[in-house]
Amino acid sequence: MKYRQSYVRSYIAYFFLQIKQGLQYRTAAFAGAITQFCWGFMLLFIFQAFYQSNVQAQPISYTQIVQILWLQQAFLAFFVLWFRDNDIFTMILTGSIAYELCRPIHLYSFWFVKLISARLSSASLRSIPILLVAAFLPAPYSLNFPPTTEHFVYFFLTLFLGLILLVAISMFVYISTFYTYSAVGSMLLFAVFGEFFAGLIIPVPLMPLWLQKIVYALPFRYTCDVPFRIYAGHIGIPEAIVSIYIQLGWILFLVVLGRYFLQKSLQKVVVHGG
Amino acid sequence: MKLYFRYISMLLKCQMEYRTSFLLLSFAQFFVPFLVFVSIYLLFQRFPDIAGWSLYEVAFCYGIIHVCFSISECVGRGFDSFSPLVRKGLLDQFLLRPRSILLQVLGSQFEFTRIGRLIQSLVVLGFAIVHLDIIWNFQAIVTLIFMIVGGIFIFIGIFMLGATLCFWTIEGIELVNILTDGGREISQYPLNIYPEGIRRFFTFIIPFGVVNYIPLLFLVGKLEASSMLVSILYTATPLAGILFIFPCIFIWNLGLRHYSSTGS
Repeated sequence: MKYRQSYVRSYIAYFFLQIKQGLQYRTAAFAGAITQFCWGFMLLFIFQAFYQSNVQAQPISYTQIVQILWLQQAFLAFFVLWFRDNDIFTMILTGSIAYELCRPIHLYSFWFVKLISARLSSASLRSIPILLVAAFLPAPYSLNFPPTTEHFVYFFLTLFLGLILLVAISMFVYISTFYTYSAVGSMLLFAVFGEFFAGLIIPVPLMPLWLQKIVYALPFRYTCDVPFRIYAGHIGIPEAIVSIYIQLGWILFLVVLGRYFLQKSLQKVVVHGG
Repeated sequence: MKLYFRYISMLLKCQMEYRTSFLLLSFAQFFVPFLVFVSIYLLFQRFPDIAGWSLYEVAFCYGIIHVCFSISECVGRGFDSFSPLVRKGLLDQFLLRPRSILLQVLGSQFEFTRIGRLIQSLVVLGFAIVHLDIIWNFQAIVTLIFMIVGGIFIFIGIFMLGATLCFWTIEGIELVNILTDGGREISQYPLNIYPEGIRRFFTFIIPFGVVNYIPLLFLVGKLEASSMLVSILYTATPLAGILFIFPCIFIWNLGLRHYSSTGS
């Protein structure tokens, strides 16, 4: 038991170490925030032009779309799949993974902590300025408060679970490097389809119904579509509660599967380099 | 020029060494923008039009700008990944050789995998052209070619500006992406859907509007040419995009003079 405890402590220490490291890149984050902000504005205008042309009512209002767009820009670092940790890739490709395997840690959990902390520090630096500025914009473009405090609480819960789920998904990209060696192509494909199904390219409510059915069957939308739509008030509390259970289910399933695959590939790991 | 093709054929051989990786990357390059177009398509299922523009007209805008972008990304990759050259002091090698720096930087990289993106853009452009009833006379074809050429020059100009910044900042800057990626995304829709300020900026400062929006107005007949001269003027508007490269070359040379080597 004692042994186990020191395990956990080392993960926590590593977590804070990584966060501190991530917070070093303040200028880059600031530039990133500005880019994101401009990007957000562009999307606002495009959707506004679309909404001005519509004759019948849409499944989601423009104000709700605005909320989703700002949250997407603010928390982009949480949810983009192409955001990748080059350390892990180089570890696998250069063979320095041999050192990692010598350490008395569990590799899956270790990487998991590394990836989560990287995303957390990156997003925390970027999200705050974006959210602040977006909140003070004039009426149709501004980020509002969610309809009730309850929505807000569920937003936070699902956002947090979504982050864990996303890292569990992204773990497979790293594991696949053991097999493919060059991850760029397959990674990009995986990332772009993942983002599409997560509603990052076109919001899920605006998709045709048949596509929505596919999206609902995949894990991707439970990363960011769910929390953002809860915030916007487009998903009610009863559905939010169901979504949390589904999120938990996906996390459990993907973590177990990921650990299994990692174990398997480690058994026949080839250490590269000399 | 001969030297440039030498450079390119060397790079092609290099990239072909990793064939599977090359194919996969080209394949991925096809799908990345393709899903963006699919989204536009899906949005048009919900909404009848955008500021009076039909799906096919938007597809035309999109196709043009993406053809330009993918070609200039192939060619101008050397500028796009310029910061390591400065950071590691590799640029010194270039300066020692008795050839123009511009040529050497252009020849230092050529991204063949963008062929996937190019095919995607051509497919969309074809899709648009088939559905739009533009009369493809000689003038229209010339306009189309001018549009593409003008667009390529604008993108390469922006890549150069980004590279020039590296002389001062050493690191590459994400902000430049607002102009390249952002400019590309913005001008894949006709510019009149945006507020006045944005439209002006992308017409007179970074002239993307000149290579797709204005000629498109002319091609689909939303702008009537009152006389022969005016119609020739419309055909020639995309050429204004080429003018954009001159201030960029000037600023680049300014930066080059400022360059002091780093590294050891």
